[in-house]
Amino acid sequence: MEQLQQHPIRLRINGQDREFTVQPWVTLLDLLRERAELTGTKKGCDQGQCGACTVLLDGKRVNSCLTLAVMHDGREVTTVEGLANGEELHELQQAFIDCDAFQCGYCTPGQLCSAAGLIAEGEAKSIDDVRELMSGNVCRCGAYPQITEAVVRVMGLDGSKRAGEGEKPFTTGAVLA
Amino acid sequence: MNPFNFTQAGDVDAALKQLAAGARPIAGGTNLIDLMKEGVMRPGELVDINGLELDRIEDGPGKGMRLGALARNADTAYHETVRRRYPLLSSAILAGASPQLRNMATNGGNLLQRTRCYYFYDVGTPCNKREPGTGCPAKEGLNRQLAILGTSEQCIATHPSDMCVALRALDAVVHVQSSKGERDIPFADFHRLPGDRPDLDSTLEPGELITHIDLPDADRFMAHSAYIKVRDRLSYAFALVSVAAALDLDGKTIRAARIALGGVAHKPWRVEEAEAALEGKQADEAAFGAAADILLRGARGYGQNDFKLTLARNAIVQALTTAARGTEYAKGEQR
Repeated sequence: MEQLQQHPIRLRINGQDREFTVQPWVTLLDLLRERAELTGTKKGCDQGQCGACTVLLDGKRVNSCLTLAVMHDGREVTTVEGLANGEELHELQQAFIDCDAFQCGYCTPGQLCSAAGLIAEGEAKSIDDVRELMSGNVCRCGAYPQITEAVVRVMGLDGSKRAGEGEKPFTTGAVLA
Repeated sequence: MNPFNFTQAGDVDAALKQLAAGARPIAGGTNLIDLMKEGVMRPGELVDINGLELDRIEDGPGKGMRLGALARNADTAYHETVRRRYPLLSSAILAGASPQLRNMATNGGNLLQRTRCYYFYDVGTPCNKREPGTGCPAKEGLNRQLAILGTSEQCIATHPSDMCVALRALDAVVHVQSSKGERDIPFADFHRLPGDRPDLDSTLEPGELITHIDLPDADRFMAHSAYIKVRDRLSYAFALVSVAAALDLDGKTIRAARIALGGVAHKPWRVEEAEAALEGKQADEAAFGAAADILLRGARGYGQNDFKLTLARNAIVQALTTAARGTEYAKGEQR
């Protein structure tokens, strides 16, 4: 195997064009943290199970640990460092502070990018949808109620409105409950 | 991850050449990269097929739909026509993985994902699927997640996909291409039972590439379908048991039924005899229970997964009951 196999790639990261040469087995996550020196994106499980590595790739949320940097030449990446506008926080960042939506903070960059992706997708219509569509992001401190509240607040959803009201009782997602 | 060579294919012919030479295709990569990190799969050569323009979702033959192999799972589930005409497929896809993974994972890749059996993933243990002939510790080990139907002495792994359970119920057809030609594989024949070759998950031949998946017209099932997934937590977990159920109803009378199970076998499990038994019957618990018993004929537990026998029967009855109440009701219930 050619240990020195190198591929030139260009990425637009948080609005800046950056060039790298990478070996093919470098994940997007490792490139962001170790080559682009953007350590806001976190390595939690490195297996796509925790969501701490979530970034926006051409505007869509993905697990950066499960994709190779070399596959994304020419594409646009937004990390947590790219959410704020200078000193002005992104409204999700402000809402996370206002709602106390973290404790240790390790999952927060992934939560923020995931929430930004969720809002852009436009599929969440209720607080339960938000909960379901944030399920790819684990918070071991258990700040889920506050995280959900922050996202719902930014979306302008009525936090008291829940799916399943009316015809049948609300079940907490367990379809056989 | 082991070092490997990497190339990118610009079109199908270029990709097929690489595959014929032994390269492994990478599309979404969500399962393959994980398996490579674990050392379960160690390809020497990867060919990136994302540039192949196989990502369309469009009308298909016979008033059906055609799903490109490289269309992302999320784009498929949220596609307006898929949602309207194949709500069963939409629901099944959305019951799987996480939003991030669904944004990356492709339709073709979903079919080819590997089992999540702990022993398959742990290279420090024997596994007939990973290393043929080494044994199967799962049969007497950690088998809570594993199969109760169609198992063999060599393997009790399950296929992990939700999407495939709906595709099986909907009689999808997988279109594949290789440097030797093209062929269609009915979904029933795409995945296989472990038998004495548990290392083979599917009937895809070396060098073959999935180009698209055809869905036949299933409009008669549109109004009464449900995908029910029972798992250890509310979201983002593999199925213990899942059921894709669809009914064509004339009032309370069943004209036709489709039922497929996930989380119980090496392939999506379907027994057409169970569906035939429902035809002409009233859509009620007695009929659904009788169909469930046919579907689960020959099922056996391996200790930790014994509960699946009861769970599967109850889930089948629940899914059919929910489907009978209507797709809109089922969608609400899934949340």
